[in-house]
Amino acid sequence: MEERAILPRLFRTEYQKIVSVLCSLFGIKHIEVAEDIVSDTFLSAAEHWNTKGVPENPTAWLYTVAKNKTKNYLKHNNIFEQKLVPNLKAGASEFEEIELDLSVKNIADSQLAMIFTICNPVISADAQVALALNLLCGFGVQEIADAFLTNKEVIYKRINRAKEKLKEANIRIEQPSLAAIDQRLETVLTTLYLLFSEGYYSTSQDTMLRKDLCAEAMRLCYLLVENPATNKPAANALLALMCFHSSRFDARLNEKGEAILYEDQDETLWDKELIATGEYFLNQAATGNTLTRYHLEAGIAYWHTQKADTPQKWESILELYNSLLILEYSPIAALNRTYALAKAKGKESAITAAEQLELKDNQFYYSLLGTLYTDIDNSIALAHFRKALSLATSPVDKATITANIEKLENQH
Amino acid sequence: MITFSPPLSMKEFLLIFRRDFINKEAQPDNKTYVAHLGRWQEWFESLAAQDRLASPPQHWDMKGKIVKANKSVTNGPYVEIKESIGGMAVIKASSYEEATVIAQGCPILELGGNVEIRKASHANEE
Repeated sequence: MEERAILPRLFRTEYQKIVSVLCSLFGIKHIEVAEDIVSDTFLSAAEHWNTKGVPENPTAWLYTVAKNKTKNYLKHNNIFEQKLVPNLKAGASEFEEIELDLSVKNIADSQLAMIFTICNPVISADAQVALALNLLCGFGVQEIADAFLTNKEVIYKRINRAKEKLKEANIRIEQPSLAAIDQRLETVLTTLYLLFSEGYYSTSQDTMLRKDLCAEAMRLCYLLVENPATNKPAANALLALMCFHSSRFDARLNEKGEAILYEDQDETLWDKELIATGEYFLNQAATGNTLTRYHLEAGIAYWHTQKADTPQKWESILELYNSLLILEYSPIAALNRTYALAKAKGKESAITAAEQLELKDNQFYYSLLGTLYTDIDNSIALAHFRKALSLATSPVDKATITANIEKLENQH
Repeated sequence: MITFSPPLSMKEFLLIFRRDFINKEAQPDNKTYVAHLGRWQEWFESLAAQDRLASPPQHWDMKGKIVKANKSVTNGPYVEIKESIGGMAVIKASSYEEATVIAQGCPILELGGNVEIRKASHANEE
């Protein structure tokens, strides 16, 4: 029974480490070889451990087998001649065997190199997230398909097309230079942000899977923060943002995986430790002179970890949304800014501001107007909620809007 | 990933804010001025929330220099011209009419100033 539990867990943690090290060694052209060797290693583990029991140190067992399989592969295939011999001739003698370096440091370096390889603008953002889940997080195609609410074939094609593109562009798997980090960290952070959002906002009902996605995004972001070269304010700000959001993960979903609105959440379920960790990284982020959207969003998320409705809280959130909108407009930020305006300055001024937004195909726009008009003019509020309901597609959103409509109708 | 870009019909317009910054009688008292500055901030925040800003707002200092036809340089434009530029913004609007409505909300009008509107044009346009 233990064997059955331990192997999937090790697959999740070790698969991507060995793949990263192998990819760094072989280069992007031989990515499938790397994957085959690791899959083969886990297959051997499944067979051996089933009959002979789980070894004392399962991770070390996996590493030894992976090393041997790599040696065997290199011996029997011409990849050795083509790719590795010319590179290695300078240092090692031709007859010396290559030892796969699975030290903690080389694993971390290889993973970092892989993050920068995958988060490359030559492939689409969607493909970056899918490939990151596959190669950096050890997610199977089915799991990724579940997270994206699509089918296996779509994800399979997406991943393979992305790999082909990386190969065509001959992207090198290497530690990014200090100059390259400044330029490329932004893409990496965007991908990690999307990966996290995929888990946090996904409409998938699979809560475990969604939590895994968030945890993986945080793990990868932590890898950036741990490395002095990539430990930049923006990376710390993103990690802080993820901590603050995650602290409410359990409080924001009911047993059915449906959303519980912020105001109705039981704050005793908020994870205090994650909030404190978030505060730590937000402080770390407060250096240098660049203010990124992650700083602003982490600031907003920080204030949401303070449950008490103080004027200072909503004034601060409003100010942060104002800065965020000037930095980078998005309809959802505009709507949230208007909600903060209602909290800070009252519903009347928020209604005026909301009606200027004219986001007429956005269900959340009408939900917001419904909320703002509630208790000011309930018949207008009802009309807005009904319009929102007609635009809503997800069952969770529909249920939330319907509850609002019923509450108003019962007041008549 | 969904990226939100303005509809293709959106064009960029330059708004130039001018008023008399020199004559004593044209200047607001302190209290009025502070309230006035608050309305500038609110105006820009509201434009940002409506996705009307084509570029982030920029503050300009009030010193200024003028280069004349004979290449001589004077400090500040205020001696010979009654109004000077208080600032400018690049906004997004679908037409001159829409840009005009936006400009009509500009706080510079409160202090007797005006807004000049110019549409961004490209070489191949009329």
